[in-house]
This record gives sequence, C-alpha cells and structure tokens, in this order.
Amino acid sequence: MALAIELSGITKRFPGVIANDDVNLAVDAGEIHAICGENGAGKSTLMKILYGMQSADEGEMKVNGTAVNFASPGEAINEGIGMVHQHFMLAPQLTVLENVILGAEPMKRGNRIDIAAGKEHLREVGDAYGLTIDPDDLVETLEVGERQRVEIIKVLYRGAKILILDEPTAVLVPQEVDELFRNMRELKAAGTTILFIDHKLEEVLEISDTITILRQGRTIATVKPGDVTTADLAELMVGSELPTPETTESTVTDEIALEVKSLTVLDDDHRPAIDDVSVVVHRGEIVGVAGVEGNGQSELVNAVVGTDRVQAGTISLLGNDITHASVRHRREAGIGYVPQDRHHEGLLLDAPLWENAALGHQTKAPFSSGPWFNRAGARERMEHIRQRFDVRTPDIDVSAHALSGGNQQKLIIGREMSASPEVLIAAHPTRGIDVGAQAAVWDEIRHARSAGMATLLISADLEELIGLSDTIIVMYKGRLVAEVDPATITPRELGSFMTGAALDKEVGS
Amino acid sequence: MNDLKRTWNRAPAWITWMIYAAVGVFILTVVQSLTDTERLTSATTSSAMLRWAVPIMLAGLGGLFSERAGVVNIGLEGMLVLGMWFGAWGTINYGPWWGLVIGILGGGLGALVHAIATVSFGVDHIISGVAIIIAAPGITRFLSSEIFANYEGGSITQSPGVDGVGKFTFPFLSGGNIGGWTSPDILGWFIDKGWWFVGDLASVARGLTFNLSQMTVLAYLLVPLSAWVLWRTRFGLRLRIAGENPQAGESQGINIIRYKYIGVLLSGALAGFGGAFISSPELNGIYLEGSTLQRGFIGLAALIIGNWRPTGVMAAALLFGYPTALGKRDLEGTATHSLLLVAVIALAFIVLWALSRQKTSDAILAGALALLAGFWFLSADTVPKWWTDIQPQVFVILVLVFFAQRLRMPMAVGQPYRKGET
Amino acid sequence: MTEQSTTRRLMMQFAAPVGAVVLSVIASAFILMIAGSNPITAYGDMLRHAAKLETSVSMINRATPLYISGVAAAVGFKMNIFNIGVEGQYRMAAIFAAYVGGAVALPTVLHIGLILIVAMAVGGAWAGLAGALNTERGVNIVISTIMLNGIALGIIAWLVRSWQAEGEIVVVGVGTEEIDDSGLIPNLNFIPEFFGDIRSEELTGVLIIAIVIGAAYHVLLNRTVFGYDLRSSGLNPLAARAGGVPPKRMVIIAMLMSGGVGGLVGIAEIMDKGRYNPNFVGFLGFNGISVALLGRNHPAGIAVGALLWAFLDASSDILQVTGAAPKEIVDIMRGVILLTAVIGYEIVRRIRVRDEAAQAAARLAAVPA
Repeated sequence: MALAIELSGITKRFPGVIANDDVNLAVDAGEIHAICGENGAGKSTLMKILYGMQSADEGEMKVNGTAVNFASPGEAINEGIGMVHQHFMLAPQLTVLENVILGAEPMKRGNRIDIAAGKEHLREVGDAYGLTIDPDDLVETLEVGERQRVEIIKVLYRGAKILILDEPTAVLVPQEVDELFRNMRELKAAGTTILFIDHKLEEVLEISDTITILRQGRTIATVKPGDVTTADLAELMVGSELPTPETTESTVTDEIALEVKSLTVLDDDHRPAIDDVSVVVHRGEIVGVAGVEGNGQSELVNAVVGTDRVQAGTISLLGNDITHASVRHRREAGIGYVPQDRHHEGLLLDAPLWENAALGHQTKAPFSSGPWFNRAGARERMEHIRQRFDVRTPDIDVSAHALSGGNQQKLIIGREMSASPEVLIAAHPTRGIDVGAQAAVWDEIRHARSAGMATLLISADLEELIGLSDTIIVMYKGRLVAEVDPATITPRELGSFMTGAALDKEVGS
Repeated sequence: MNDLKRTWNRAPAWITWMIYAAVGVFILTVVQSLTDTERLTSATTSSAMLRWAVPIMLAGLGGLFSERAGVVNIGLEGMLVLGMWFGAWGTINYGPWWGLVIGILGGGLGALVHAIATVSFGVDHIISGVAIIIAAPGITRFLSSEIFANYEGGSITQSPGVDGVGKFTFPFLSGGNIGGWTSPDILGWFIDKGWWFVGDLASVARGLTFNLSQMTVLAYLLVPLSAWVLWRTRFGLRLRIAGENPQAGESQGINIIRYKYIGVLLSGALAGFGGAFISSPELNGIYLEGSTLQRGFIGLAALIIGNWRPTGVMAAALLFGYPTALGKRDLEGTATHSLLLVAVIALAFIVLWALSRQKTSDAILAGALALLAGFWFLSADTVPKWWTDIQPQVFVILVLVFFAQRLRMPMAVGQPYRKGET
Repeated sequence: MTEQSTTRRLMMQFAAPVGAVVLSVIASAFILMIAGSNPITAYGDMLRHAAKLETSVSMINRATPLYISGVAAAVGFKMNIFNIGVEGQYRMAAIFAAYVGGAVALPTVLHIGLILIVAMAVGGAWAGLAGALNTERGVNIVISTIMLNGIALGIIAWLVRSWQAEGEIVVVGVGTEEIDDSGLIPNLNFIPEFFGDIRSEELTGVLIIAIVIGAAYHVLLNRTVFGYDLRSSGLNPLAARAGGVPPKRMVIIAMLMSGGVGGLVGIAEIMDKGRYNPNFVGFLGFNGISVALLGRNHPAGIAVGALLWAFLDASSDILQVTGAAPKEIVDIMRGVILLTAVIGYEIVRRIRVRDEAAQAAARLAAVPA
C-alpha cells in the first residue's frame, strides 16, 4: 500500500531536552494510525513538525511519496494535511462560518468574502461526512462535542485527506467517543488517512489499524492491535506497568470536614451555574466530582475556594460557616487548593521557587511573622518540599517557568500538602503531566487521605476518579444528578450520567 | 412587550442610533424651552459638535483597529501629537491634502515604534504606549524649535496659520450643489417655519449637513468603511482573529504578526489624521503645542463605550464632543448651565433604566448625581469657567461609570504573542 | 549558582540601560548634525557643566522630586496598575499643602509635619478616587487617572484664584499665602559645602524624605507580607487571588499609596518657593513614570534614572547658555532613551528566561535521576 506519510530520522532539540530523537513513522494511505506515549514522550512535537508549526533539526518527511519540508501550517494544508488540536483553536466570539473559512476564504472581487459560497461549501462538507452544524452560530454557544465537530469540519473544508487528531477523546465522555469513532470510520471509508494521538489504551486498541509507540522522544515499536494487549502497550509506553489510582481500604470517618448545602451560584447572565447542590466530605474521604467541562464543576470549586460569590446556600468548614468568608480567611482556616490551570492560577512563573512556595500561605508561619515576610522560612519550606515531593530542580532560586509541567505540579501539591490542609480542593491534579509525576501525585493524595485529610477531587480522567474516590458525585447542567459508588460503576455508566442520559437511573450507592 | 424588545434588538444599528438621537434632541428642546438659551439645538452647536468629535472619533477608530488586532494602543495621544505637527508642517509647505497625508504618515511612524516594541519584542502594551506618549511631545518640541521657530508667525510652541480644504454641503438636505444646480434646501425650509421640536431637529441636522469641510466628510466616511472592512472582507476577518485567538489563526496559516502590525499602523494613521484635523482650520487653524486636550484618551473611552464597533465609536465621539462644542462659544456660561438640567433628566432616565435591571447601586448613584445637578442648576444662572473646562473629562468618567461594565472587548487583546507558542 | 552566571546576569541587567543611553547619544548626535550643530561641542558643554559642584547640587535637587515621583509610579507598576495620574495628584496635593501651610503657624516639626500629611492625604485621595472607580465600577484606571489629571488642572486654576495671597500689593498670579519659615524644611548645604563652594544653590532637605521613601519602598516590597501580596498580584493576578490576596482591596491600597507618595513630589518646590504659584513646576508626573520605567521599578534603579534625567535637565540649561545645540535636543534624548531601554529590557528578559530554562534542564540532566 502507498505510504501517506513517511518520517525518517526526525530529530528536534529544545534547550536542555531532546523532544524527538531519530523518530521514524510510516503511515499507510487510508488507515487509522495511533501514536501512543505518555506526556512528554514527544508526540505533540512530532505532530507539530508534521503540520508545519515547528521545523525539525534533522530528518526527512515525505507526504504521498513526495519529499516535503513545511515552514508553516499553510504549506501543510496545501499538501492536504489537516490538524485538529487538543485545545480547540476556535475564536468563541466569531461564528462557526468565520472560524471554518479563516485562511481559505471564498472571495468576491475587491477582497470581499463570498459569504454565501462559504456557507454552501460548509453545508456540502458537513453532509458528505455526516457532521451537522449551523454556520451562523457563535462558537461560544456550542458544547464541547459540537466544537470538536467544527474543528473537524475546518480541516475537511480545506480538502484535507490526511487528518491529525491530537488527543481527541480527552474532553469526551464514552458516548461521545463512540460518536467520534463512528465519524472516523466514515472518514476512513471515504479514503481519508487518520493519524491520532491518544494515551487511552483501550480506545487505541479499539479503533486503530496500526499503533506506533513513542517514549522519551524515540520510536519504541510499531504494532498491530491484534497482536498486543493493553498491558503490552503500557509496558512499551513507560517501560513498566502503568500505575493505577486504585485505593485500598476505606479511611472514611464520621467527622464532616466540608459541607456544602443547597448551594446556588449565578453566572453573568443571572442564570444558575450551580443549582441547589449539596455535598459532604468527611475526614479521610475523597469525594470525586464528575462532569463534562462547563457543567458547574469549576464554579463549585470557585465557590468553595471563595473566588466566586454565592447567591444561596451555605458552605461550612469543620462546622464553621465560611459562605461569605474571603479567600484569605478560607486558606488560613485550612482549605488547600490545587487549581486546574497551574500556569494561570497556581504559580508565579517569573518568581523563584521559594517565593512560589509561599503562595496561598504567605500570612502564616513559616512564611511570615506578623506583617514581616520571612525569607529564610520560605526557603526552608521550599527545600523541604523539594526533597519530600521530589521536585526536580537544580536549586530553589530558579524561576518556576524553568520547571517541567510535572515538577511544577509536584511543587504545587507539595506546597499545599506541607501546609497540612483540613480540606484539599484538587482540580484536575494530574492533567498534562508525565506518568511518573502522576503516580507521585496519587500517592501523596492517598497518603494524606489516610492521615485524615478530606479531598474534593474534580477530574475529567474517569480512571482517576473511579480509582481514587470513595464516592463520586456527578454534575450536569449545574445540578447534582447522581451519587455513585466507584466500586461498582463503570466509565461507560459514569459517562451516561455525565451527559444526562441516565437521569432517572441510580447505580450503586 | 417582549415582541417590542425583540424588534428593537433586531433593528439595524443606524436606526436605533437615530432614535436615540431624536430622543436626545427632544430632551434638549424641552430644556431649551425651560431655560434661557437657544444654543443647545442650534446649527452652530451641532456643527461644532461634528467637528469636535472628529479627533476623538478618529482616535477611537484607531484604537479599534489596534485592539481588534489584539494590541492595546494607549499611545494614541502621542500619535495625535505627531499628526498635529506633521499635518501642520505638511500643509504649510505642500497644501492641505498633502498635509493630511504627511500627518497620517507622522502618526504612522509613532505607531511603527509601538508595533515594533509590542509585536516584535513583546514589550508590555501599556508601557510602550506610555513611552510614546512621553516621547512624542519632546520630538515635536524639538522639531518646532528647529523649524517652526524659523517660520514667520511661528515659534517653538506654534506654527504659522494652516490652510483648509474645500467645503461640502449635502444636496437636498441643505441645498448643496449637484453639478452646478442648487438643490432645494429642505432643512432650511423647516428651520424657517420655526416649529417646536421639528425645527430643532432640523437645525441640529442643519449643522451636520451644511458647509462641512471635505476633511470632515472624509473622516465620517471612514466609519462605515471600517465596519465594511472588518466584517465583510478577508483582511478584516484575519485582523479580527489576531485579536480573538491568534493561535487559532496561526494554525490556519494566517500570518498573525503581519496583521498585528497592520492593525497598529492603521491606528497610528487614523490618529495622525485626527491630529492633522486638529491643526486644520476646522479646529485650531495652527499647530499649537499641548492642544491634544487628552482626546487620545477620550477616544479610547469612546472605543469602550462604543463596544468596539465603528458606529458605536462614532456615536460616543459625538456624545463626548457635544459638551466641548457647547462650551467653546458659551462665554457667559448660560448654555453650559442648562446642560445641568439636561444632566438631571438624563440621570433620571438612568435611574429608571437601572431600576428596571435591578441594579440598585447604579440607581442610587444616578439619583444622587441628579439631585446634585439639580441643586446646582437651581442655585445659579451660570456656571464658572473652570467647570466648563473640566466638563468633558467629568462627562467621560460618568459615562464610563454607568456604561463601561460588561462590554465585549476582543478576547486576546493585550496578550503577548509569539509565533509557535501555544 | 556559578560565578560566571552571576557576572553574566549583572552584565545583562546593565546592558539594556547602558545600551539605551549609548544609542541615544549616537542618535542625537546624528540629529544634531542634521540640524547644523556640533554634537562634540554640545556634549562637551554638558559634561563640563555637570562636573561643577553647584551643578551636582542642582542635579540632586532636580532628581529628588523625580525620584519620589518614580517611586509613586513604581508602587502601582509593581501591581500592573498604571497610575498615570501622578501629574494631577502632586499638583492637587501641592496646592492644598501650600494653602494649609500658609494658613497656620505652628512649631516647626508640627508645621512641616502638617504640610506633609496634607500633601499625602490629598494625593492619596485623588488617586484613591480612580482606584475606587475601578474596583466599584470597572472604569479603566489609565483613562480615569488621565481624566482626573485634566480635572485637577481645572480645579487648581480656580483654587489658585480663590486662595490668592493677600497683601498690600495684590499681584495677580503670585500664588497662595506664603508659608512661614517654621513650615519650611531646612536645606542640607553643609554636606556639599564640605567639598567646595556651591554658589547660590541650596541642597534641598527633601532629599532626606526621598531617601526615606526609597528605603521604605524597598522594605515594603521585599520584606513584608503586603509587599508579597503586591508583587504576586502584579506577576499573576489570578494566582494571587486564588492565594488569598484580596483583589479590590489591593487596588485601592496600591492607589492610595501611589498617590500618597505622589503627593510629596511637589514638596520640594513648595519648600523652595514657599507657596504654590501658577507657574508651579510641571511634568514631574510623566517624567516620574519615565524614571520608574527606566529603573524597572527598583529603588536603586529609579535613583539612577532620576539622576540621569536631572543631568539632562541641567544639560538643557547649559545648552541654552552656550548655544552649542538647541536645548530641545534633550527631549529627543529622553524619548530615545526611554523607548530603547524599554525594548532592551524585554530582550534581556527573554534571553534570561531562555538561559534559565536551558541551564536548569542541563543541570538536571547532569544529575543522575
């Protein structure tokens, strides 16, 4: 069979790290080819090189037999390659049509856009591949699955015959993944070659024709799904078994650490982002919050941490009402916070590590005495965090941005844990970090749990939720629609709660 | 009631603005009847308003293009200064239209520095803007000391007189010429009749249509042109993506850097036009140091109030230009005094509007200000000069206080952009 | 950290401002030549003049209010709040302080203290107003401070007339009531006079205030919890908020402090002239902002920037006397220095970030995992 894509000897270096080291890849035309590897293995960089967003330092690329060297995405697009990014590249304030035609606008004379022609073409593409979308909708009004569809239409609109999908299932629930796979099979039937990055091994085995595994920037193996099991894949990916988030015996006590009662939070349009939600977290318990992004989990986190205002209901910490308390008061009272976006909410990237160690705790010892900031105390604490939580850094004076994502996350976890919180709010604590760091974070959370810490865990990683939590609540459209027992629930069932498909069923509990 | 709301929301922008304008004129007419002045709706006032609004509007449009491309440009004030100087110099040496071109280039030069600093080197947008605000007057002062000081009638702080361009009068509405034939003067007819309110509408409209400088007309034509460019052309779409989500644009093959540069350069060009306009006989008639009067910043305020849309910017600029226009000829302070009554009425409307949206704090604030203005109105017949001088700034602050919240600026504005970074 | 990297770091810190000055000197030389002046003569005049003792005293005098203005701006800048309103704040503060100072007679310490307190209070309030408009109504601080500058000028024009000093000969434009000697800060002439004759210059005692402000700024920023809150708000407002820093309160306090310090900018002039008159020194606000940008909001950096600016001021004076070049060339130099320094700092910052990431990764790779 003809090769749609052939990469040989691709090498890409960044300061201090080799992202791709002599990588080889061969993709047959018309097949679905999966690229597997943990975070930091070099998958994204490789795809960026293929798509023209980065250029390789060494190596050759061939597309459909012709040697190419893309200097920009525009050139890759011309060769029929289209990329659907993991973090959607959409402008929410523009319409679907504007987002799709950008860069390939149908023209009338005088630089005018032929809007009618654009809509017509978009409709054709949608029909041809079974993807329905309204061109005049503002993207900000669309749900996650719909936005992904817009992304796919974007590349098909340009006549892409080779699709690159970067972690397409990361934001989807199992039912939506089924829909996506259905679309992928249809595309394949129409002759499209699909290259997709995924680290969920069961999905990879389900849909792909060929699997290439990358580890630490190198090609480790290329296999057929029929020849391997998930355990084999895991071993190839990390060189050993993947860690599991499973917890063993229960350490849940009767003492209530955090109680949220009938909480209602309104959004900017005065509609409830959270509607009458009640949650209880006991000492020694991990309560997991499941839900598709945008259904109220972030608002719940913000309400408990104190950055959003509450319209109705109460929040109490160890019996004390903190519903209208300031963020500072809550932090001092014992709420620890691991935010979902470590760069934007968790760290001062341009400040040294020891200053970051104080963030959120600067009003208490060892960081301060009275109004005075205690530098020595902060440095000491940072040394402690570095050793105890294995934060890999040459010293504690480097700026936070110099650390890798995994080490940054370890620093944040370490910072919060070292302050011995009563309640830890952890939002997507292992998002985007490598397997080693992920395992470390899980260990720390489990350890602190058995020491009596209460945890509210928000995550889109269903394995993580089911594995770590003692009980799981599901949020859908701002309401708490289910409370389930992780011991008996499957990801598929959880997914149906998360998409509102099973509102009248209750499983487990 | 809801049907009425829906029809209102669907109506095209220019119709809603016309209705707002008519309501405004109505209020002015009422106040005029109650007080002693004829000036609130006179043609001289509206004509002055039209002219005074131009630098604000052009600065606002400049800010629009820059921010739509994702770059904050507070250096507009500095670019106005450059436009003022180069416009005057160009006109003195090469005539008014060439002077305009040179003024535009002058503003563009300032914008080029801002673009290089912010787009290519990632300097904080505000810092770069502040640097330009500080640097521009120094540059023009030096240039004046070398050039204008050597001209007859010039000095270090001002230039000799500047010539103007030709005039334009709207046909039919104000009796303009079409190919040598003088058309009927419809507005003039209405004015002569002297009917209450209708006559006032006519005289306001008269000021906007009679004997306008061609430069003024050109400036206002830029408003629909800008709207068309931004929403109907490929260039406009690509510029907008640079300000909404540059990474998305980059991934679709757009050269984001280029569009950011163009956006900033356009903003400098527009501000340069505004500056040249200030030096033209329409306003100052000479280059005069220090006469930007903070209009670069008022233009930014117009941009915010106008919700980053060209027609909005124009409307806000006219609004902001009105008190200044009124105050300029109002040496006794009587017309400005009656503006206080207008303020009371307008604030009363705001109280009702705020209450209807359950914004009690807004309502209380507006109510308190209304009472304050009312007291002042009743306690004197005129206003002191210093009030007339600071009125434009106070007005800007008040409008921002009530209307600046929750407006939609481009999503990626102010963020540093580097190619290839996600 | 290795010695080499520290030296390299120090060099990089100074590369940008030194480079900016060099570039400005070269650019201005070109402009002077085009304008028909001799840059060598002009620069020679400037340097010779600066070498005189009395010019040094004059420079320090000029640098003092600039320094205070720079710190005022820097307090806001550290939090990414751009208080462009120092211009209006210091003038409002000055006229109120002069009025109150001229209206009372108290023992020296109290009299001076009262004047300073009034100045800080008025400056702080004028800035706090912009802060409140921002936190309560979302009004952009840059726009509101600029508008308040304009409003201040208008109000002051009225106040100067209302508070006109009375005397046997009423001269319009003389200013507010003169302050008794008990309200004037004594000069520090004894220090420079140790070195030589300073002719008619007087070293202002406000220098002490400036030094105290600089020290307080440094301690506040780096040694207090409040300073930590301030800096983290500037580095990452979202993270600071999640870390407990109260956002609105910080804005208000930062503006109050910025304006409070800004209020003291005009004190030197008040003490010098003994009153507020319509020709009160202007542009100290904008020049203070320049100096803060040049000094990158660092207490020592701002001092260097202020002295540089003062040198340029003095140079402008001497050029007017010798005629070697139009004195306005100084304005061009200032503009070029500011723009190139600002760009230069960004370039240096990027290099430093890249270096740091590379170094960190390299040193980690060297350590066995």
